Amino acid sequence: MSRYFRELSVLGALIVILLGLAVFAPAFFQPQPLLSLVTREAPTLVVACGMALVIITRQIDISVGSQFSVCSVCAGLLAARGWPLALVLPSSIITGALLGAINGALVAGLGLPSIVVTLATMVTLRQGLNLLRQGEFVNLPDNVQWFGQSQSAGQWTLVIVALLFLGALGWSMRHLAVGRWVYAVGTDAEASRLAGLRPQLITYGVFVFLGALTGLAAIMNLVQSPQIQPAVGAGLELKVIAAVVVGGVAISGGRGNLWGGFVGLLLLTCISPALTHLHIEAYWEKAIQGAIILLAVVADGIRQRRVNR
Amino acid sequence: MISGHPTPPPLLTLRGATKNFGGVRALRGVDFELQAGEVHALLGENGAGKSTLIKIITGAHQPDTGEIIVAGHSHHGLTPTLAQQLGIACIYQQPALFPDLTVEENIGLRLETGGPGRRIDWRARRIRAIELLRRVGAVIRPDAEVKTLSMPEQQLVEIACAIGAGARIVVMDEPTASLTHREQEQLFSVVRELRANGVGVIYISHRLEEIFALANRVTVLRDGASVGTHAVSSMNESSLIKLMVGREVAQLYPPAESLPGATVLTLRNLGCTRSGVRRINFEVHEGEIFGLAGLVGAGRTELARVLFGQTPADAGEIALNGQPITVGSPGEAITLGIAYVPEDRRRHGVILEMPIAENMTMAIHRRIFPAAWLRFGRERTLALDFIRDLAVKCAGPDALGGSLSGGNQQKVSLARWLATKPKLLILDEPTQGVDVGAKSEIHKIIRRLAKNGLAVILISSDLPEVLGMSDRIGVMREGTLTAVLPGGTSAAVVMAAALGQNEGRGAA
Repeated sequence: MSRYFRELSVLGALIVILLGLAVFAPAFFQPQPLLSLVTREAPTLVVACGMALVIITRQIDISVGSQFSVCSVCAGLLAARGWPLALVLPSSIITGALLGAINGALVAGLGLPSIVVTLATMVTLRQGLNLLRQGEFVNLPDNVQWFGQSQSAGQWTLVIVALLFLGALGWSMRHLAVGRWVYAVGTDAEASRLAGLRPQLITYGVFVFLGALTGLAAIMNLVQSPQIQPAVGAGLELKVIAAVVVGGVAISGGRGNLWGGFVGLLLLTCISPALTHLHIEAYWEKAIQGAIILLAVVADGIRQRRVNR
Repeated sequence: MISGHPTPPPLLTLRGATKNFGGVRALRGVDFELQAGEVHALLGENGAGKSTLIKIITGAHQPDTGEIIVAGHSHHGLTPTLAQQLGIACIYQQPALFPDLTVEENIGLRLETGGPGRRIDWRARRIRAIELLRRVGAVIRPDAEVKTLSMPEQQLVEIACAIGAGARIVVMDEPTASLTHREQEQLFSVVRELRANGVGVIYISHRLEEIFALANRVTVLRDGASVGTHAVSSMNESSLIKLMVGREVAQLYPPAESLPGATVLTLRNLGCTRSGVRRINFEVHEGEIFGLAGLVGAGRTELARVLFGQTPADAGEIALNGQPITVGSPGEAITLGIAYVPEDRRRHGVILEMPIAENMTMAIHRRIFPAAWLRFGRERTLALDFIRDLAVKCAGPDALGGSLSGGNQQKVSLARWLATKPKLLILDEPTQGVDVGAKSEIHKIIRRLAKNGLAVILISSDLPEVLGMSDRIGVMREGTLTAVLPGGTSAAVVMAAALGQNEGRGAA
């Protein structure tokens, strides 16, 4: 119980919001809008899973938004040339993995601080893309949208893929040795090295993995719209980092899990529609999100102080 | 009081200072006195209480009981600020300067007073820096960045700060540890200068010859108590060593039960430039406990790190069971059958936020989970076995490492390495910070492991522990092995070898 106190309290907050909506704004629970809302966040969930691993190893990657843009645009251009999705998908994943590999090599190989490295790659990728594309949209062929299926079938596919992925990765983190290595490295890299693990390789690996997932998420987003905007993915890094941190993954590494990140993402996702349904001005959304993040970090800080004492 | 020959009141008097850390009694009623114009040496084994005493004098720690009298005023305890105001300065082995600032900026930061809005008088700052550097005889440019200075130069800057602050009491903690002979001489002349100006110097060093060269009086600490203050002129090296170690090694230690078998580890001229370890030669046999004694910084932990592949050797040979090997990383060491229980278990041993069971299996994932997924049942069985074998007091295998006491954490750390089924076990300070009860349990475990045929290297700064546990004792000094002594050697002989005093052997 106490071990999952943090995750459970976020879940509690989510349930309170959902109950509040059920009483005051039952319209929130209409199936089709709700499905659309969840579908829009399916790619975010996939990126958040990768981000959780990066943060558990005591690193951070704020370039995911830019990686997402690059993957989206590349994938969009390939699709526009008539490549089938079956080829576009792996290309996007590989593109993402390569971008992640750059971050990983700089952080793990050279031992540079990840916040600075990924800040640099964030800006470089974003501006490079702007320079090359000059703000042009990519128009996608019709057969790409919803994988060429009906909208609701496509939406269900995305949601189910995201949830299956979450389930598989969540299971792996607990049941595969490599999952435990990630935690071990994040808690104490030196102790891990003494135990014969290879912290650098593991750190490199999580960055590559996050990049690959960002590539996958780009496709999951691509199929939802008829065109790719140049600014796609802007602000994604804030959203996933916030979700993961609110969900109890400690920014100091080694603690937290994907389920918490999942609940954190749901909580943040619910706020905007909740405000709309409760007729509160949308300007409050960011302020409330910010307050929730602050609350989460303060809770962790207090907890950490108590542990240290 | 009969006032015949009026002696000036001491600069500093410590009366009945005691200090406990948890259950450890670091100081028990120490009396200490420092006169103006004297160099007073403080001597003792590792852990005798020197650092604690210094920290009480500089205000870093407050004594539990006792009083500190500085310049006629009695204090119950000092704070770092108060100590500074009272004219107490400390020169550490590793100077605490700001590496990216210049010498004059560092001096200014220490000495200038005033609020954050004041205007800095750069001219006055430079003039003062030049004057102070001249007084300590340092040829250093005041606008040099501190990181470009050598260690002794940095120490001189520290001393300049102390003089500039008008320090009447200067504490020097092993100031010569990283100095060359010529630099030492320069430092000595500064110390003599300080003494001539009426400053009282508390001087800590493991090098006895320095004490004879510099000090007027010497106070010897042993097990947190003072065993006496003597004029240096009335002492010689062997009498000092005797004072430092002069206790019986009581029958606290389980007796040896095994006869050493085949050779497990052979080292020939082993060296590692990076960690300062050089020309090490010794062998360790099955069932043998090979103790490694030496002072802090003698290179024992460094040697262990070479053997475990953290800083791989770049000279000489290592053989395991007669086979020449190279150890390039901890991972390779584990595969070869070498295990290392590190010194600082809180930092590099037990992961406090991880359950005990996970901590115990951390080094053997490949063996117990051959198919890559974790087998919780198997892990739990293994953990329960170790908890029973080593008598780990815990709520169960799922309890977090951080919930255990120091001794039990050490057992978990030990379990992790025993789980690798090593041929050679290196223990680095296995009982540091562990209470007495757990300590003797750990000793029994080590003995039992040796009896079962494991080769053990036991590194310990606790001299009675090394003497009581070891079948043979290697003594290290300045990165190399200076002697291999049989078990049952007297403390004085080991201490003499650790200090590099051949004459000390006569004191046995």
